Amino acid sequence: MNLLAATPIPRDLPLPLPVPEWLLVVCLVVFFLVHILFVNLMVGGSLIVVALEWMGLKNKRWDALAHEVAQTITVNKSLAVVMGIGPLLCINLLYTMQWYSANALTGHAWLMIVPLVTVAFLLTYLHKYTWDMWTSGGKKTLHQLTGLGAALLFLFIPLIFLANVNLMLFPNEWEKVKGFFSSLSIGNVLPRYLHFMAASVAMTGLFLAGWFGRRSADLSHLDGFTRPELRRLFYKVCAYVTLAQFVLGPLLLFTLPAAGITNELYVIIFSGAAVGLLTVWVLFGELKRDDSRIGSRYWLIVALFSIVVLGMGSGRHVYRQAALAPHQAEIKERTERYAAALAEFNKNLAAAPAPTEQTAEQLFMNCAACHAPKVKLVGPSLTEIAQIYAGNPDGIVAWAKAPGKKRPELPQMPPFAHLGDASLRKIAELMLEKGQAAK
Amino acid sequence: MDFPSFYMDHLAGGRLIIGLIASLHVLINHPLAVGAYPLLTWMEWWAHKNNRPDIDQLAYRITFIVFIVTTTVGAMTGVGIWLSTSLFAPFAIGSLLRVFFWGWFLEWFVFIAEVVLICWWFLSWKKADTPEKKKKHIKIGVALSIMSWLTMALIVAVLGFMMKPGEWNQTRAFLDAMTNPLYAPQLGFRTFFALMTAAVFIWFSAFFFTKTTSVGDDRPRRLRRWIVYRMSHVVLVSLVGVLLFGTWYWNNIPETMKANSSVALLTQDFMSWHGQFQSLLGWTVIAFVIIGLGGLSDLFTMPRWALLIPSFMGIWLLGHFERAREFMRKPWVIGEYMYSNGIHKDELAFLQSEGLLKHATYVKHREVTDANKVECGKDVFMLACSRCHSTTGLNSVLDKFTAMYGGDKPWDPTGMTLFIKGMHQTRTYMPPFPGNEKEAEALVAYILQLREKPETLHGAQTEGIVIAPPIKQSNLAATAER
Repeated sequence: MNLLAATPIPRDLPLPLPVPEWLLVVCLVVFFLVHILFVNLMVGGSLIVVALEWMGLKNKRWDALAHEVAQTITVNKSLAVVMGIGPLLCINLLYTMQWYSANALTGHAWLMIVPLVTVAFLLTYLHKYTWDMWTSGGKKTLHQLTGLGAALLFLFIPLIFLANVNLMLFPNEWEKVKGFFSSLSIGNVLPRYLHFMAASVAMTGLFLAGWFGRRSADLSHLDGFTRPELRRLFYKVCAYVTLAQFVLGPLLLFTLPAAGITNELYVIIFSGAAVGLLTVWVLFGELKRDDSRIGSRYWLIVALFSIVVLGMGSGRHVYRQAALAPHQAEIKERTERYAAALAEFNKNLAAAPAPTEQTAEQLFMNCAACHAPKVKLVGPSLTEIAQIYAGNPDGIVAWAKAPGKKRPELPQMPPFAHLGDASLRKIAELMLEKGQAAK
Repeated sequence: MDFPSFYMDHLAGGRLIIGLIASLHVLINHPLAVGAYPLLTWMEWWAHKNNRPDIDQLAYRITFIVFIVTTTVGAMTGVGIWLSTSLFAPFAIGSLLRVFFWGWFLEWFVFIAEVVLICWWFLSWKKADTPEKKKKHIKIGVALSIMSWLTMALIVAVLGFMMKPGEWNQTRAFLDAMTNPLYAPQLGFRTFFALMTAAVFIWFSAFFFTKTTSVGDDRPRRLRRWIVYRMSHVVLVSLVGVLLFGTWYWNNIPETMKANSSVALLTQDFMSWHGQFQSLLGWTVIAFVIIGLGGLSDLFTMPRWALLIPSFMGIWLLGHFERAREFMRKPWVIGEYMYSNGIHKDELAFLQSEGLLKHATYVKHREVTDANKVECGKDVFMLACSRCHSTTGLNSVLDKFTAMYGGDKPWDPTGMTLFIKGMHQTRTYMPPFPGNEKEAEALVAYILQLREKPETLHGAQTEGIVIAPPIKQSNLAATAER
């Protein structure tokens, strides 16, 4: 019960969703998968490039291959960023109260995304465009370090997003969070991270098998490789890493906090895993084929993977939906309660008799913060004013409407023309009266 | 605002960070994307038509710079505006997303097209080696120019809307927000400003690619002459547009101020700004005119450093323009709907009567007592003031009260409370205080303690959150009945 009491139930923004919820959910799931595919290719690509370039120190053909893979990263990274906007838009709308709260709680890291990604991108370009110059110019180590720097950034940045996606699911834990690093101990960030990283390498493997395997691929820079050889190589990367997912996937599933676990989730995930098993079987079957036939089932494998990924993406959403359903309901209730109280108050306010004209004393409250009877607060005292404007209330009115600057030691008075001549006149008379009395 | 408060005390809440990211984005987007793409496409077309591979090569080299900068710093600062606003003003960005969903959604598709086209255009440049391929390649450049202008046209609608929502307050309709009264002048101003600064940028970067390599070879010099002559035309023509739309925009602002402000009055700060902007605009225009005319002349070559003068003045002018845009929005974040601290117009009286803390979530106490006064004041500060003010850093409350009450004298708590309750009357760019009497007193107690013992106020990103126990059900029922 104590734990429940600590769950924040904020009020939602009083504006309706601009589109039906189900449509936003479909957009979120689909667009997110498109985004994450390009992120996978960017992250996995940069890791593979680092590995291949290192292998290239012994045998030049690997260096050439690394260079070719590097060409794809800069395009994939641009698409990864731009494709991220849609899902971010959807998640902002569907989970406004949870998403922004997670952002704020990990705020410094969230803000660091901007410079970190920028630097990672610049390093990626530097790595790509200095390849020949630095390799032949004796700066190979520097070149490798540039690639490694980008890869390390790409290894770290996803953790920030994962921390947010994870933290938003558990509002009852928010009170424990003190900054980004402490948010990593909530939920199951690490298994999620490992699952994502493995997917990045596997997806990049599959992509590169198709990229270099396609008939129109220009392999003129890759003397040391034949097309079937490249297909086989990247198929292997994809196959073995995907095999590892059968350990990492269950690890993720069984470390998920109970909050959103439902039978529906198990059905979706295990169906996805079953198709995954089939995919791996087809993939290993493909690897056994000889050079003339390897690659002919590429699109079948891509289709099977798409089904798996769509299943896992849907499962992910089903978990989120279930985990946050009670919180969403409580927010809705609190928001409605607040709206009702507010409407009631405003109704009574409108029904109340129109406020009578303000008295001079009430109007003077506009001035009292700066003008006191005897002492100089911000502006001159009332006794002083009464001396200057004795018998001349209109002089005060004129000044208050367009004040100048007479005293260098005091801040300039702001204009009060908005109060209207009649009210200003009332104030002026009261000021003179008070100033006389205080003498 | 019913979100955990991200807050960076020394940077006036962190607003400065949004400002820096946004300014950097605009400074890249206008000259390097919106303005440069059409000019570079035009160069490519001209080179193709007149068979001038040297001009094609020059356009390609400048496009390389544009490609690298826009797809890294340009793209990430664009996303960064969103990420940082999500932290500092989730109430505002959250509301805007619900109002402007279709605008943003459309913007996203245009943006995807822009990214795909810039990658395609730049990366396939060298592969377009036949006249047919070249023609197709030029068309990619044209499409890119259109898309990049469209992204700006859509986002300007959002900016304009935040200042002056027009009919939206009555109808809550998307199209009304799109056709708000400041839209056309702002878009025109930005378009011509982009072309003008892009021309200076291309001119400037051309110097690096047209160095004389061997004595007697005057081709680089002639190429430089070619580009300078044409870019100075672009500068002069765009300048007329900047001037016309800038004047139209600027003349609309005082009226917008009047319409937006509950009081028909311009503040002194704003009046002095108005004057400053006019003279700045004048000098910037003169600088661009000199550059433009100088570029037309055959007698001498404008030195490279001279181009930096109008460039910096242009940056300064644009900064002023964006700052005025932000300023005139006040005290609103969405005109006549939501104040800059996230309080809705229609809940102001309610909160002033009921109390701000009572209905907040991320606060330590819900009711002010003598014992918890300062702690309550701190929460009130976070909710009502922290989106613009810091405690002891930039734009700090201490500075503001020091200016009024002096640094050497004791400050009168009663006077301060009075001032806080009425400050929207004297500082019309500030929202009204959204709490009850006791909360105003608590805020003053907190400020006075800050004065005694200046202490940094930490945000949710380091301190985490505290949640006061929920309001008792019986109290709530009483509220609803009242």
